[in-house]
Amino acid sequence: MSAREDILSNIRRSLGVTGREAPRKAAVEERLRAAPRGVVPARGRLSGGALVDLFRAEAERVAASVAEVSQAQDIVGEVARYLREHNLPASLRMGADERLNGLDWSGVAMEVSQGPSAGDDLNGLSHAFGAIAETGTLAMVSGADNPTTLNFLPDNHIVVLREADLAGDAETLWDRLRARYGKGLAPRTVNLITGPSRSGDIEQQIVLGAHGPRRLHIIILRG
Amino acid sequence: MTSPAFRQNAHDALADKQLQQALGNVRAGFIDKRAQAAERLPEFEALRDSARDIKNHVLAHLDLYLEHYETKVREAGGHVHFARTAQEACATIVEICKAQGARTVTKGKSMVSEEIGLNAAIEAAGMEAVETDLGEYIIQLRHEAPSHIIAPAVHLTKEQVEADFRRLHKHLPQERDLSQAEALLGEARMVLRKRFLEADVGITGANFLVAETGTSIIVTNEGNGDLTQTLPRVHIVIASIEKIVPTLEDAAQILRVLGRSATGQDMSVYTTLSTGPRRPGDVDGPQAYHVVLVDNGRSAMLGTEFEEMLRCIRCGACMNHCPVYHAVGGHAYGWVYPGPMGAVLSPSLLGVDKAGHLPNASTFCGRCESVCPVRIPLPKLMRHWREREYERHLAPATYRYGLGVWAFFARRPALYKLATGLAMPVMSYLARKQGRFKKLPLASGWTDHRDMPAPQGKTFQAQWRERGGRTR
Ligand code: SF4
Repeated sequence: MSAREDILSNIRRSLGVTGREAPRKAAVEERLRAAPRGVVPARGRLSGGALVDLFRAEAERVAASVAEVSQAQDIVGEVARYLREHNLPASLRMGADERLNGLDWSGVAMEVSQGPSAGDDLNGLSHAFGAIAETGTLAMVSGADNPTTLNFLPDNHIVVLREADLAGDAETLWDRLRARYGKGLAPRTVNLITGPSRSGDIEQQIVLGAHGPRRLHIIILRG
Repeated sequence: MTSPAFRQNAHDALADKQLQQALGNVRAGFIDKRAQAAERLPEFEALRDSARDIKNHVLAHLDLYLEHYETKVREAGGHVHFARTAQEACATIVEICKAQGARTVTKGKSMVSEEIGLNAAIEAAGMEAVETDLGEYIIQLRHEAPSHIIAPAVHLTKEQVEADFRRLHKHLPQERDLSQAEALLGEARMVLRKRFLEADVGITGANFLVAETGTSIIVTNEGNGDLTQTLPRVHIVIASIEKIVPTLEDAAQILRVLGRSATGQDMSVYTTLSTGPRRPGDVDGPQAYHVVLVDNGRSAMLGTEFEEMLRCIRCGACMNHCPVYHAVGGHAYGWVYPGPMGAVLSPSLLGVDKAGHLPNASTFCGRCESVCPVRIPLPKLMRHWREREYERHLAPATYRYGLGVWAFFARRPALYKLATGLAMPVMSYLARKQGRFKKLPLASGWTDHRDMPAPQGKTFQAQWRERGGRTR
């Protein structure tokens, strides 16, 4: 017997089942179909400005910084300001996302290059798929628009989030993922990011900037 | 595997000054953070029930969910391998690496890879395995086993890590300042960055396998797991079969108790969902995606009194709150799983003859069960093992004697109340000094090697009376 057959039949022997019982199969199919939510904390059940405020407070609590802009073109100025404030060079690596590439960078003398990171970019710019206010978490999906390497290799990660894409809780985000990718399907990678990288492995003291970005800056495009 | 001779190990651990200093960080670091995180979420207790129920539902339907999960991974272009034993799992992974002509294999933190001895198998096949989680990297440099399931190097002081870095990072200037944790982390980041970029295969564990979508999920803080799985040509996920959850909603329920129970974080920094290899149009990510599902004794635990242990989500809360773990650390348990969860799981996976004495390393104070996010009745399960061990007459005489005294009190609450009430002033004084007891009158044969949890001031009964409560 193959390892697969062996393991499955061991499980069935231990559970005292055959694997063909209709009620068991129905229970599994029903759960996969209905995807019950369970206990969803009240914390994220907000809307409008209150939801943005919750996201902002939670993100700052985990050492991300947050700025708000009211027009897309203002993203350019905010990125430039942020890099200047931290004495970082005016260079950016980003993916093919139209919402970022459509911006006019000519006014701020920014050196912008496009593509995944090979590990030598100081600053990365990405556009979030969405976010979870409950925990101040960003949701990034893989693809040419926002390559996964940009989430991890640059020292400084700047992420644009549209207010309309902000969800109160993970369950709302899952619904939006299903609406985009289809029921039972998922993009290759979804990165849920809650603050800049850190480690507590030396004497349980939390230090920021482990293997991922040392800084995480979130720009919320309101409206 | 070294023989898990808990008694001798514990004896040595209690005499190890550096270890005792480092273990202070467990007491100080984890307990308050968990309590505060739980406090901040009104639904926390309800979520623990929910997490327990999800796990029970999965275990009762494990065969069917595994089949569904497997189908979904294949549909997403991934490969699924089943492994009955540790050897089979290692052989499968070594074969995948060899087929790639791999030289360097990076690894994210994975307890099941420790369980099966994967690094040794990779190295024996002539490849280099590089641990990339800071704690795992440190213990790999030292050729040690992890001493904690989420903080593998918690048994070490900063000075010990500095000495190891100086000894092994010879290419860096001798006079560099490594006195702070920041500098040590920075150095590990720099050294490992190069390894990430040159790796041929990346291996991660999984906190969850989602049947609905064929997705594996890892939960980390450093970002090492993501670099491990994103940069090399091949991503291999190694996971034990009970990691399955039905849907993304179920994963979200358990995620809410996992981070809070482990480190007191509402969410860990990186929660990453991976489904298959690179898609058309992707500009990064692995070209091949494999999942190795490991049984290694788990299917035999189903349907037994130890089935509940398979709910474990490896958060570490039980050891963080365990007075025995606080006193002796993780290595004393002799294998990769320490603390209360190890005391129950190790005999299940290794056999009662090899690890059946571990459940004696308990004061049965119940703190582990009170914090376990999936409500595993750890003391009850340890008792089951003890009974089995007695039946087999494997218990050393001193344990039997010592536990006999303890059992005498345990069965006689009134006497225990009297004894603890009388001893309280002395015990409180000692507790302020040590936070736990090295000796308990009347049970000294037992407390020679086991600490009593320190009572919090007056006995519960005394406090209850003072507040006007009645005792019957
Ligand atoms: S037994 Fe419970 S508390 Fe211990 S590691 Fe497992 S889930 Fe966490």
